[in-house]
Amino acid sequence: MTDAMPEPTPAGAWTATTTGAEVAALDDAGAGPRTFEPGPAEEEEPTVTLRVWRGDPSGGDLVDYTLPSEEGEVVLDVVHRIQATLAPDLACRWNCKAGKCGSCSSEINGKPSLMCMTRVDELPEGPITVTPMRTFPILRDLVTDVSFNYEVARRVPAFAPPPAAPGDYRMQQVDVERGQEFRKCIECFMCQDVCHVIRDHEDNKRQYAGPRFFIRYAELEMHPLDTNDRRELLRQRMGLGLCNITKCCTEVCPEHIKITDNAIIPLKERVVDASYDPVAWLGRKILRRHKRSPEEAAAHPR
Amino acid sequence: MAEHETHRYDVIVIGAGGAGLRAAIEAKARGLSTALVCKSLLGKAHTVMAEGGVAAAMGNVYPEDNWQVHFRDTMRGGKYLNSWRMAQLHAQEAPDRVYELEAWGALFDRTSDGRITQRDFGGHRYARLAHVGDRTGLELIRTLQQKAVSSDIDVFMECKILRLLHDDSGTVSGAVGYWRPSGEAVVFEAKAVVLATGSIGRCYTYTSNSWESTGDGHAMALWAGADVIEMECVQFHPTGMVWPLSVRGLLVTEGVRGDGGALKNSEGRRFMFDYIPEMFREETADTEEEADAWYEDHANNRRTPDLLPRDEVARAINSEVKAGRGSPHGGVFLDIASRRSPEYIRRRLPSMYHQFMELAGVDITAEAMEVGPTCHYMMGGVRVDPESQAATVPGLFAAGEVAGGMHGANRLGGNSLSDLLVFGRRAGAGASDFAEGRDQPPSADPSQVDAVLADALAPFGRDGGENPYDIHHDLQSTMQSLVGIIRTGSELEEALDKLGELRERTAKMSVAGGRAYNPAWNLATDLPSMLTVSTAITQGALARKESRGGHTRDDFPAPDPELGKLNFVQRQTSERGDGAPIHIGPEPLSEMPAELRELLEEGH
Ligand SMILES: Cc1cc2nc3c(=O)[nH]c(=O)nc-3n(C[C@H](O)[C@H](O)[C@H](O)COP(=O)(O)OP(=O)(O)OC[C@H]3O[C@@H](n4cnc5c(N)ncnc54)[C@H](O)[C@@H]3O)c2cc1C
Ligand code: SF4
Ligand code: SF4
Ligand code: FES
Repeated sequence: MTDAMPEPTPAGAWTATTTGAEVAALDDAGAGPRTFEPGPAEEEEPTVTLRVWRGDPSGGDLVDYTLPSEEGEVVLDVVHRIQATLAPDLACRWNCKAGKCGSCSSEINGKPSLMCMTRVDELPEGPITVTPMRTFPILRDLVTDVSFNYEVARRVPAFAPPPAAPGDYRMQQVDVERGQEFRKCIECFMCQDVCHVIRDHEDNKRQYAGPRFFIRYAELEMHPLDTNDRRELLRQRMGLGLCNITKCCTEVCPEHIKITDNAIIPLKERVVDASYDPVAWLGRKILRRHKRSPEEAAAHPR
Repeated sequence: MAEHETHRYDVIVIGAGGAGLRAAIEAKARGLSTALVCKSLLGKAHTVMAEGGVAAAMGNVYPEDNWQVHFRDTMRGGKYLNSWRMAQLHAQEAPDRVYELEAWGALFDRTSDGRITQRDFGGHRYARLAHVGDRTGLELIRTLQQKAVSSDIDVFMECKILRLLHDDSGTVSGAVGYWRPSGEAVVFEAKAVVLATGSIGRCYTYTSNSWESTGDGHAMALWAGADVIEMECVQFHPTGMVWPLSVRGLLVTEGVRGDGGALKNSEGRRFMFDYIPEMFREETADTEEEADAWYEDHANNRRTPDLLPRDEVARAINSEVKAGRGSPHGGVFLDIASRRSPEYIRRRLPSMYHQFMELAGVDITAEAMEVGPTCHYMMGGVRVDPESQAATVPGLFAAGEVAGGMHGANRLGGNSLSDLLVFGRRAGAGASDFAEGRDQPPSADPSQVDAVLADALAPFGRDGGENPYDIHHDLQSTMQSLVGIIRTGSELEEALDKLGELRERTAKMSVAGGRAYNPAWNLATDLPSMLTVSTAITQGALARKESRGGHTRDDFPAPDPELGKLNFVQRQTSERGDGAPIHIGPEPLSEMPAELRELLEEGH
């Protein structure tokens, strides 16, 4: 966690040195208010207020932006309208605006959410707080440095099927469905954001892959054609043991992947098998003779 | 020279969608030092949104299928404006490219005997689209991304390329751009450059495309002196969401119709039966009974008109709405709820189910969707050699949506993902061959670099100018209203004037704040591409005085057989760089060999 990041309140929402509302109240002298309103607001016109964290690695605070509200909007629409009118340089990531790319992750009222899939009319009334994912270092405003995740991805040994001529692989639908659940992942990294092992202990980042990559391992482990055995790698270098199954990751996953039940718990069972039960381990080795040994896989990730 | 960092590679690939990833994997596998550059984070490119599937004549569901039929469908769909050689290579190589993805870890949906299953899509004679539910693009991009990462390709994410660089002889030798997070300048020196920058959709108000689709590659190719072709051919997908406004344009996959959904007007009539064109009459069902029976039995029934090629369906919807038979929010109805069970719908179309539930509050298993045309795909693009994907300027290659020729006047659904794989690989190989024939990447010319950076940074130096968002907004409405799905000469002329005015406005726009992750500035650097591309689209549309595929002229409603033998080629002849006039002229299509011509003439 960088120093610049405000601490969350117990309720999970951001506090900041000053909220926009407070600044406006204090700022009767009129110098540099941090609250933006469009022209003279009409009496009855319904409005929406976004309380957005603005800043960079050196610090920042929450700023209120109020706009007329529009029917059916998602939070990302409001951010776009703010950019087009009140704050052209407000930084946020997005690509698809359809919940498919996982770019627009942020925390809305303290909860990790996709801005493009969160409808304004489904949030409680009052200002909507939009803050960056707090586990990753701030780049600017709502944009964080998620490179940690890309580094972990580089450490995952590649998929390794037995050789076959094009079109000769056979897999049953039921068998591919297990892996397909995990391959729905849009890499929004919100599960990584919410996992306390990463969030609360900067040091863990070196030895902990996090839920997004546990499902990647699970997917490879359950792939009907994969020949690698990654269990030792998972235990030793990916820190599977540090996860204490709080299920926070599953709760935030926009793809509704059952990260803990379907990936982490089965992986933990397999790893336990691999390290403590020599008989089961031997049995597996014989049954899965075509798999590379865990030491091999750990030594030569491909 | 302005401050910047410099990187040297044999091959740089600009764009990390399906085409760019596949090209980079190929160059790296050939042992060349390879860089992959993209505007967003890796794995977020527009390809991730593709839903329905990848077309390949594997014959897993219909053994009668083969490359010849796929070739024929592609040419017919493209109204014969396609590069026949690209369509042939594509049809021949697509199955191997799909199987290759499987060997790299992709998990496609299966047939009961464990093969990759295939689904029906518009314009394809047989069920031909390999898919993963309705998130095929995600599977494709993730598989390629993981392959690229395990191949140790250097990836430059959130790095926007502004212009290509060239050496004294005019050979492309690198590119200059900036890191979005810091705004700092980057120069690449390379022996060969592959453009894989995707689409142009952001030139229009209603589009299914992501923000990255600003036509940068199309524009950079023009600025580098390369030819582009068929720029008038823009595909409007018939089924985009129309309500709420916030999601207007978002795609509703053709898979809905492939899986049984039917289009209806406000009177409940399945109006597509009224719009079957002569060219497709023989193979299209003319009664609802036959159309519905076709889903189960393709051999004894003709296909439903709901699955005519996209240009036909988009125009039909447009006409229904114009005739006052549209839905409350200006579209038509797409009904699968009354035709398939809720379980079937949720299993086959999970993302569609969620998209409507979460964004429109509509349960598609219980009620009809409202849909209307949305700007979806750019058929036109960089003119390339079919074998190597080489552009007409040495050192430059192009693949995927930025390349032209493969799809003619209209692309069939599913033919893009396969295009990315087939020609991404070929571009990677073509660029590698070229790079191997070159000693060193020449050093970047400081005066070129300085000029590009000065241009890009200019808006920071101006005060009180216009905001780039306003200019973008006006550009989009100009293209939407004057160069949209139905075009006419006078409106196209008007559009050219307006584009000229918009260009003058960009010369005066200003941006406040710093260079680090500043979206206003990022947009300001996208605007020159969008203006160049919009101009080329409009010029092409004016020149093609006929209606063909995605290009419809109200003042020339019929196809003209003579124009069907021509490509309109555009090129900057006088000088390189932004702002120079773009010359346009017709060039004959190359002669198709007799054995391929016969395939087109066969009834089936
Ligand atoms: C919603 C939707 C559904 C679709 N469904 C299907 C389908 O089912 N089947 C099918 O075949 N096709 C489908 N398509 C079409 C298909 O997805 C696209 O045509 C295809 O993905 C384009 O791929 P690409 O590799 O050419 O470019 P893209 O995937 O668009 O990637 C472009 C890349 O270029 C980069 N880039 C652009 N400009 C620059 C620059 N200046 N500097 C650096 N990098 C840059 C971007 O960052 C990005 O990485 C669909 C399209 C949409 C929008
Ligand atoms: S279940 Fe494990 S991985 Fe998921 S949030 Fe909790 S500790 Fe992290
Ligand atoms: S597993 Fe779910 S929450 Fe985690 S990155 Fe993937 S989609 Fe996001
Ligand atoms: S913008 Fe793609 S998930 Fe939100």
